[in-house]
Amino acid sequence: MSSTATETAHDAHHFHDDQAWHLAHHFETPHQQFDSGKLGTWLFLVTEVLFFSGLFVAYGVYRMTRPELFTYASGYLDTKMGAINTVVLIFSSLTAAWAVRCAQLGNRKGLTINIVLTLMCAAGFMVIKYLEYSHKIHIGLFPGAPAEPGQESMWNFNPEWAPGEKVHFADDPNAPALHDLKNFFGVYFCMTGLHGIHVMVGMGLWIWMLIRNLKGQFGPKFYGPVDFVALYWHIVDIIWIFLFPLLYLIRH
Amino acid sequence: MHAHDSGHDQHGFSHVMPIKGLLAIFFALVGLTVATVVAAQLPTGRFDIVVAMVIAVIKALIVATWFMHLRHDKVLNIIAFAGSLFFVILFLGFAMLDKGQYESDLARNAAITAPR
Repeated sequence: MSSTATETAHDAHHFHDDQAWHLAHHFETPHQQFDSGKLGTWLFLVTEVLFFSGLFVAYGVYRMTRPELFTYASGYLDTKMGAINTVVLIFSSLTAAWAVRCAQLGNRKGLTINIVLTLMCAAGFMVIKYLEYSHKIHIGLFPGAPAEPGQESMWNFNPEWAPGEKVHFADDPNAPALHDLKNFFGVYFCMTGLHGIHVMVGMGLWIWMLIRNLKGQFGPKFYGPVDFVALYWHIVDIIWIFLFPLLYLIRH
Repeated sequence: MHAHDSGHDQHGFSHVMPIKGLLAIFFALVGLTVATVVAAQLPTGRFDIVVAMVIAVIKALIVATWFMHLRHDKVLNIIAFAGSLFFVILFLGFAMLDKGQYESDLARNAAITAPR
């Protein structure tokens, strides 16, 4: 608290220095501006957590209703892909946190490198997600896909059935019906889809931060936006930390 | 570590994470990811969800505490975030309790209304 007071007095004297351009007129000091932005970001993250919690409740209710279905359907997900994506996101969280450090220390080049690395990880995550989604759509597990080959569907397309998968269905006497499997995949697509949208929004925000950094806007006295985007990025990572075991690692 | 931290505090409005700390957090998270994949192959039976969620919660807390700087953040921000988690637990907990409580009724109703 005392440091805040000192800083307030300090900044009041230097209001017209060259760093003050970023101070919005409705804030007294850069410090106050930073703290307000951070509180606002945290409040936004609170709404994000509550937003996603609805889907987690849906997951819980569905899984409690048909636990055996979730075990079976989870087998259609590629654990290796999910695990790689988890590590990719964790690495991007590292570079995001490192980006904040660089911004705080005024290391412009380091900030650029870390933002680019974060963006590359985000793109890699989406590519792997794309591969997974196309596989699921290919074998007819997309919500609204026809229940049987050739049947009419709300999407009006006929997925080509991968023979291996179809045999897998027919051979297993305990295999649930395809429309039952879609209970799981409805939840899967909603949860990972909403998460993927968040990753893409995050990519947009990082590109914005990259452009601003290339313009030389960030430094020890003004790095709030980088910090706030990183906080958002970490919450997206946390959501995935829960999605990975809940969707990919159901074995019993 | 602490003397080091307070030295860094002078750089801006908030705490600066040392590189060593960032890397340690990263490797801890990767290790826990491996642990959760391995744990899923073990015969934990009904408790697999418990094991998976305990590991996930630890990972999430690590991210929030260090990557998100909550350890050095204002109490108000911590309260805001903890508040959201509290309401998520209420939401999930009561929904699951309710689901468990009325499971048999739902099953009976479904059997009555089933079109056969």
